Amino acid sequence: MSNTSSIPPIGQRDELLQMSNVDKVFNGSVEALKDLNLTVNQGDFISLLGPSGCGKSTALRLIAGLMRQTSGQITWNGGLNEGDLGVVFQEPTLMPWATVEQNVWLPHRLRGKSMDDVRGDIMWALKLVGLESFQKSYPRELSGGMKMRVSIARALVTQPRLILMDEPFAALDEITRHKLNNDLLMLRDKLKCTVIFVTHSVFESVFLSDRIVVMAARPGRVSAEVTVEAPYPRTEEFRTSADYADLCRKASDALHGAMNQHGERASA
Amino acid sequence: MSVSDMQPPIVDLEEQQFARAQRRESIAKWALPAIMLVLAIYSWDRIVVWSDIPHYILPRPGLVMQTLVADWAMLSDALWVTLKITLMALGVAVIGGVGLAVLFTQSRYFEMAFYPFAVILQVTPVVAIAPLIFIYVDNRLAGLLLCAWIVAFFPILSNTTLGLSSTDHNLRDLYKIYGATRWQRLRYLQLPTALPYFLGGLRIAGGLSLIGAVVAEYVAGTGGIGSGLAFRILEAGYRLNIPRMFAALLLIAVTGVVIFTLASLLSHALLHKWHESAIKREN
Repeated sequence: MSNTSSIPPIGQRDELLQMSNVDKVFNGSVEALKDLNLTVNQGDFISLLGPSGCGKSTALRLIAGLMRQTSGQITWNGGLNEGDLGVVFQEPTLMPWATVEQNVWLPHRLRGKSMDDVRGDIMWALKLVGLESFQKSYPRELSGGMKMRVSIARALVTQPRLILMDEPFAALDEITRHKLNNDLLMLRDKLKCTVIFVTHSVFESVFLSDRIVVMAARPGRVSAEVTVEAPYPRTEEFRTSADYADLCRKASDALHGAMNQHGERASA
Repeated sequence: MSVSDMQPPIVDLEEQQFARAQRRESIAKWALPAIMLVLAIYSWDRIVVWSDIPHYILPRPGLVMQTLVADWAMLSDALWVTLKITLMALGVAVIGGVGLAVLFTQSRYFEMAFYPFAVILQVTPVVAIAPLIFIYVDNRLAGLLLCAWIVAFFPILSNTTLGLSSTDHNLRDLYKIYGATRWQRLRYLQLPTALPYFLGGLRIAGGLSLIGAVVAEYVAGTGGIGSGLAFRILEAGYRLNIPRMFAALLLIAVTGVVIFTLASLLSHALLHKWHESAIKREN
């Protein structure tokens, strides 16, 4: 993540994580995921796009190690080490009794590091999200967008190899969401980090990612993959370009395809 | 913000009314209870005078105050005894309640095994258990303490247990992802989450420990040196010294109010920076 060279194009990236033939069954019969295959490469910005119940969040929870797959393998290139993962949930998930800097300290604190040891890291992360002057504030003093920024700073503070984001901006208003989308791309450009981003929004997935993995429901599986070749940095101009509209149509078609597959299965 | 700093503020009629209503309310908040209290005491006094009620049935408020001053040496000793038992019982209730709550959340099986005992202790009236306690426990102070503790510990236990298990599930996931130990989760996540619940329990337990101490004294009954306010009330009752009964009663009530106020202040001091309950909204 510290390298300053640009991210190589898709197809020339080193493998980071491999999910092969992953199944997850709940209660003995509900197939949340069936035969999921996904390779995550270093520098990928992957959006998991799909209707609710397609297992996007389940896939994320499996990668995060919050649950175990029923069968199949999840392998990390070089193994999974402390501080390799950063997570951002749909809610900011901040501790209300702790100040902004104490919240960002959490990943380090749980590894036994004192505030003084990691103050540099914390300020670095807060600067990245533009909140360095709010270090002593309490979460209730911040707006929804700012809370989300703190949450992102907390995910970045260990300089993780992979950042998992589970519909992080879904609860924000459109203007704030666009702003955070832009800032997230800027961060990614600066840090060369790998992101898996779960979303319901076709537009968001096209704007942010270079790989859109479209998932279908019942059972949850990968239905299609759309590659977004548009170059980074992407700005507001990209949002209004013809390319963007085309890509949105393509992703939207893939999503409808995924939903129809489910319809055929249900009627069969 | 910066605009309103430069221009004179525009206050419309509705805003003015709102500001007036708020001012009125902030005055009434203190004045109204004070006026009502004075009125109640005054009408008590008038009723006694107008109906010619003898002081051994219902003393005038002034007489109660006189008795309080005259008997202060005896009553303050008694107050000290009751207060000591109340505070000790509250202290043990906090330690026992929080300790048990932590054990409960650390082990579901422990909770399953011992929660029923806590409920049985709570639902059985302390007046009914107290005579037994004074048969089995020789030390009078220990007996009183035990009675007061039985009444006071349950709200702390049940509130703290609820608080410890009310942690945000996303935060729990986050702690798991970052490899938090049990101890770290308890200290950094569960205890802070439980703090507002615990303080709510403490406010209830403060009053209950006083009630427990008074009830236990009634049952224990033995007089002499080291008698608390409840015993003084009993004793004054036998002697038909009604003003002294009222004076002792007044001291108990004031003690209860002081304990509640201190618990509320503690709660405010610990929570006002971050908790919803302590935040004043504009609208």
